Order: sequence, then structure tokens, then C-alpha cells
Amino acid sequence: MPANLRQKIWSFALIVLFFGGWEVFCLASGMSDLILPRPSQVFETLYNRFPVLWPHIIRTISTTLGGFALGVALGVVLGALIGVSRVAYDTAYPLLIGFSSIPKVAVVPIFVLWFGSGEVPAILTSIAICFFPIVVNIATGLATTEPELEDVLKVWGASKFDILWNVGLPRTMPFFFASLKVAITYAFVGTVLAETVASNRGIGNVMMSASSNFDVPLVFVGLFILAGLGVLLYVVFSLVEGRVTGWATRKNDIAAA
Amino acid sequence: MQTLGQAAQPSVILADEPLRAIELSAATVTFGRGDKAVPALSETSLRIADGEFVALVGPSGCGKSTILRLVSGLVQPTRGVVIVGGREVAAKALRIGMAFQNPTLLPWLTIEQNVMLPLRIVQPFRARYRRERRTTFRDKAHALLGQVGLKGFASRYPWQLSGGMLQRANLCRALIHEPRMLLLDEPFGALDQFTREELWSILQDLWLAHKPTVLLVTHDLREAGFLAGRICVMSARPGRIIDDSPVDFARPRTIAMTFEPEFVTLNQRLRDLIVHTRSLPAEREN
Ligand SMILES: Nc1ncnc2c1ncn2[C@@H]1O[C@H](COP(=O)(O)OP(=O)(O)OP(=O)(O)O)[C@@H](O)[C@H]1O
Ligand SMILES: [Mg+2]
Repeated sequence: MPANLRQKIWSFALIVLFFGGWEVFCLASGMSDLILPRPSQVFETLYNRFPVLWPHIIRTISTTLGGFALGVALGVVLGALIGVSRVAYDTAYPLLIGFSSIPKVAVVPIFVLWFGSGEVPAILTSIAICFFPIVVNIATGLATTEPELEDVLKVWGASKFDILWNVGLPRTMPFFFASLKVAITYAFVGTVLAETVASNRGIGNVMMSASSNFDVPLVFVGLFILAGLGVLLYVVFSLVEGRVTGWATRKNDIAAA
Repeated sequence: MQTLGQAAQPSVILADEPLRAIELSAATVTFGRGDKAVPALSETSLRIADGEFVALVGPSGCGKSTILRLVSGLVQPTRGVVIVGGREVAAKALRIGMAFQNPTLLPWLTIEQNVMLPLRIVQPFRARYRRERRTTFRDKAHALLGQVGLKGFASRYPWQLSGGMLQRANLCRALIHEPRMLLLDEPFGALDQFTREELWSILQDLWLAHKPTVLLVTHDLREAGFLAGRICVMSARPGRIIDDSPVDFARPRTIAMTFEPEFVTLNQRLRDLIVHTRSLPAEREN
């Protein structure tokens, strides 16, 4: 515990040092705030404009969570379909890899073409970005059941569904939650990406219009909000992961102690 | 779930019928086809009566595990007939317990929950699982854990137990659904000599208490002699049974007995048979 606490204090100190260094650098070099505003200016702008920014924050969060939820649902279903059979796994993998290697910026214009600008392309973009790690992790978790255990279960008369429910899915949980952390970050990236390109609301859009007005502090406010939200979402899912799949990490803790 | 349970009733009644025997008649198993065909078992015949404890020994790769997979219905014979419990093999209708060298306990379940896993899956327990998992079923699990000396470990997780303890829990899991037949594939292969001997006695006690038909595959001839009522020796691949000897020492047997001259003589004879049937002269058993 003390080691843990010390690490937290150091992390916090590093953050303070980062912002302090930035502030000092700007003051010392006389940097124009049209190029790099000081953190204090950014926080001040954040405080002053907060009432205006709030609806955009809400919009970005709701789009992210919406895309994330749908992406996870899609990912789980596809992952389960692919993971239950070796043949399906091997067959579908190349297609998935192909899909995942498309840069997602490239699909935003297509979604805009189909659905106009607004929330729909943003949700679709975040789905498109975030479902892939879920599929891979679920499918891999399911496809790697120990053959001996599978034999034992079959001898008990377990159906495919029994095996999936009692062994496949629980075993997949650590993979699943690890992928959730990645997926929520991706969904967030997808949302902001689409907001930047084609939307009239959301933090991405705020940053876009601020930059065309040369309101540089506001651009940085957007950046700070995005960083804060990203960390928040990551932390929430890390906590959930720790509660649900402690068994996967506990062994290492004991060995290390 | 409930209605599924009811639908499966007829086969459950068949499963409860005492097994007359395991009967392999000229069973041949070939894996793969054409050029890549691997003959694993050639015209093997073997009869085992209900309640017998039979050990299967033989050189590595001779098809011992394949026989277990045949009996459990995981593999179908390429030729020949496999009859288990008086019917041609259809694993699902039979109640079989199985344990391998690797205990394969599920890391996210406690020992108690692991031991109770078959009850979640095998009928007729499955239909009653929700109602009885905290009462009768748990008592059952605790009783078995007590028999193997794991009384205080029911609510621990597998990673908190040693290899020997995991293997004991594995035996409990193999027995909890009251199988009439127990198939063991080198269950103690990964354990040290002392733990192994300890588990022999535990397995012997479990067998004396429940009297299932046991088919034990092992590389350890002392283990076979200590536990089995009959030892079958297999030839090198493709395997056949080349020797079938009864082991008549009185039960319960003791570790000290394995050092008596009669036992050593039996051991020696089996050893010679296996060494002879191997294509390579070297022998890895002690
Ligand atoms: N699924 C399979 N596909 C192809 N060949 C197989 C398969 N399973 C087993 N074999 C082959 O069949 C032969 C017998 O295998 P088996 O596992 O029954 O041997 P074993 O007597 O249990 O050996 P060991 O003592 O080393 O465990 C081996 O030569 C093996 O290579
Ligand atoms: Mg084997």
C-alpha cells in the first residue's frame, strides 16, 4: 500500500510539474498566446465558458457512450459467432484484419454522405473504430479453451451452449474487460473525429470552430476536456475490470508479494 | 431449463442402470486419412466388469489415451465395436467421471464451485441445481473434499492450492455426479513421489467407498500395482493388449506392500514386457 501511495504522489507531482513547466516556459519565452496559451489561461477560459461548453461535453459523452454500447454489442455478437468455431475464426479473420486496417477518417465522409452531418455519423464512426478489439478479444478468449477441459465437459454431456456459458464466456471476461478499456478510448476518438469533420455540436466541433476563429485558448480548452474525459472513462472501466476479473491478476500479485 | 430436464429423463434412467461392462471388440482407431493416416489402435479387445479397477500401461504413444477416448465416446472406432454399459457407445447417456494429468480447474471459481461444476451440467442434478446448490449439493461437495483431506479449502481459489491439492479437488470433481465409471489419464503424472503415494491411498479409499468402474492410464508400474485389480499391458503403436494380469493383493493396500518381493516380481515382469514391446531399448521408468 505505501508503495502504491508513493507512486500516486509521484504521478500527481509529475502532472503538476508538467503544467508548471509549461506555464514557466510560456512566461519566460514570451510566447504569444495565439500559438501556445499558458495553462492558467486555458483553465480560466474553461471556467468562463463552461456554461456554453457544457451541452457540447454532454453531447460528446452521449455520442461516445452510444457508439461504445452499440460497438460492444456488435463486437460481442461477432466475437462469439467467430470464436465458437475454429473454422469460422480462421475464415473470418482476414476480412476483419482488412476492415480494421482502413483508417477510420476515411469512412466519415461515407457516413456523412449516407446520413448527413450530425450525431448519426459520429455514432457510426465510433462503432466502426471500437468494435474491432472487442471482436478479437472475445473470439480469441473463446477459441482457446483447453482441449482436456473440453473433453471433460463433453463427457458430462455438455452442449455447445453449456460450454460457452460455463467456461467460454467467463474465461473471456479478462480479455473482454481489457478490450473495453481500449474500446472506450477508441469510441471517444471516433466521436471527436466525426464531430470535427461533420457536426454542429460536440467538443470536436467546438475545437474546429474555435480554431477557425483563432480562439487558441478555446482550442486548448477542448483538448483539456478531451484528455480529462478520456482519463475518466478509462479509470471507470479499469475499476469495473478489477472488480469483475480479479482472478486473472491475483495470482501474479501473490507471486510478486 | 426445467422442461429440458424433464425431456432428458428417459436417458437418465438408462444411465442409472448398472453398467454390465466395458467391452471393446476388435476396436481399431486410425487418425487421419490416406498418406497421413496414423493407426493408433489395432484390433484391441478388452472386457471390464462393473466395479473393476483396471490399469492400462504401455509405451508412450501406444494408444492408451485413445482407449479412454473410445470408452468415453469422444472418439468413434474406425472399425470394431465399443460397448459401454450394455450399449454401443453414446457418451451423453452415460455418467462418466474423467480426470487428466492437468487438473483443469476453472480459476474464477472456488474449489467448492469447481467441484460442483458437473452438477450444473449433468442430469438429473442439473434440473435441481438452482434449488440445491446451497444445501444438498454443497454438503455433497464438502463431504467429498473431506474425504480427500481438503476440508478447510472449499472456499479457496485454485491458485491458492498446491498441485497435489488441485489434483485431489480434480478427483472430487470427477466423482461428485456419482459416475458409475471413472476414466483417469495419468492423473498423478505431474506430482512428486510422496504426494503421488498419498493420492494413491486417497484414490483407493474413494474407490472402496464408491466402487465405480475405474480405467486408469499410468506410466508408473508401482501405481498400477498398488491401485488396480487388473493390469493390461499394451504393445507399441498401433497398440494392442499383449498381457492382462490380475493383481490379487488384499485391500486396503499399503505403500509398504509395494516393496514386498511378490509385488516387486510383478513389477519386474510388467517392466520387461513393456521394454520388450518398445522399439527403442531404453526405458524411462525407474
Ligand atoms: N487427434 C489425433 N490426431 C492424429 N493422431 C493422433 C490423435 N490423437 C492421438 N494420435 C496418435 O495416436 C497415437 C496414440 O495416441 P495416444 O494419445 O492414445 O497415446 P498414449 O498411449 O496415451 O501416449 P502417452 O503415454 O504418451 O500419453 C499416437 O501416435 C498419436 O500421435
Ligand atoms: Mg496419453
